[in-house]
Amino acid sequence: MTATEAILSQHDPARDPARDLARAPAHAHDAEDVRTLGFWLYLMSDLVIFAGLFATYVVLSRNFAGGPTPKDLFDLPYVLTETAFLLCASVVYGLGLIAARNGERPKLLLCLTASFLLGLCFVSMEIGEFALMIREGAGPDRSGFLSGFFTLVGTHGAHVCFGMLWMAVMMVQTLSKGLTAPVRGRLMRLGLFWHFLDIVWIALFSVVYLLGVI
Amino acid sequence: MRANHSGQSPIHAGSAASYAVGFVLSLVLTAIAFGLVMTGALSHGALVFVILACAVAQIVVQLRYFLHLDRSEAMYWNLMSLLFTFFIIFLFVGGSIWIMYSMHDRM
Repeated sequence: MTATEAILSQHDPARDPARDLARAPAHAHDAEDVRTLGFWLYLMSDLVIFAGLFATYVVLSRNFAGGPTPKDLFDLPYVLTETAFLLCASVVYGLGLIAARNGERPKLLLCLTASFLLGLCFVSMEIGEFALMIREGAGPDRSGFLSGFFTLVGTHGAHVCFGMLWMAVMMVQTLSKGLTAPVRGRLMRLGLFWHFLDIVWIALFSVVYLLGVI
Repeated sequence: MRANHSGQSPIHAGSAASYAVGFVLSLVLTAIAFGLVMTGALSHGALVFVILACAVAQIVVQLRYFLHLDRSEAMYWNLMSLLFTFFIIFLFVGGSIWIMYSMHDRM
């Protein structure tokens, strides 16, 4: 290698990938890294779905058709409690990931259980809110605003339910398979999904609930 | 992603301290947004600004401290795909709102 080449390769981290692959030992977790990036790309496409639903909601958000408005329907202390449950679920899962990295299985299972239950509290509160609104005649068929609201918030709630299903599967896999490389990879990707849902909820409570009632 | 050959595990979780920092910052930003709306301390325009600013700040906090997104080589493609997605979302949401409100005004 000439001096010029040495300088060039120093400044270009993306130099000849084939050479890097040949040099690097073949770790099992390389495949897991690729899967994690692929899952990240799925999350980005999911974000585009949410963006479409946000755009629909904002466009319809003042079409009340003579029906109830956000001020009549939304209970901010209730939404704040939901927010706290989801934030805690996200953080507790993160602590579980640290336990998984350190190979502490009991601590990981404790965190997964706690995160699952906090997610369950969130979903139960959301279902309670939906049920009350529908009983009061403010269902998704009442106005454009309510169609947009139920579609957007319901899609997020459905994501949280699937996250909980995945979490239950990971509890079983942690017990039955142990913390193998594929199980750790799945725990990592579920973590991305779970944190991602909390980030979508930030946009949701800000745009739908807080901007709705002022 | 290529750069991450050092660890023995595919898990790139941060430290407990980073989760604690993210948790406290998220709580504070949520409390500011809800507190100001519930007390009605500000004018309408200022409230809209504060709510959106708190939301953007909290999203950045959670990307940084929970998803561990940074400018490292390992996170390069994650960050690039996220920025590209934000650009698409800007076109989607901004364009929809612009067109639909403009039509609403003309009718």
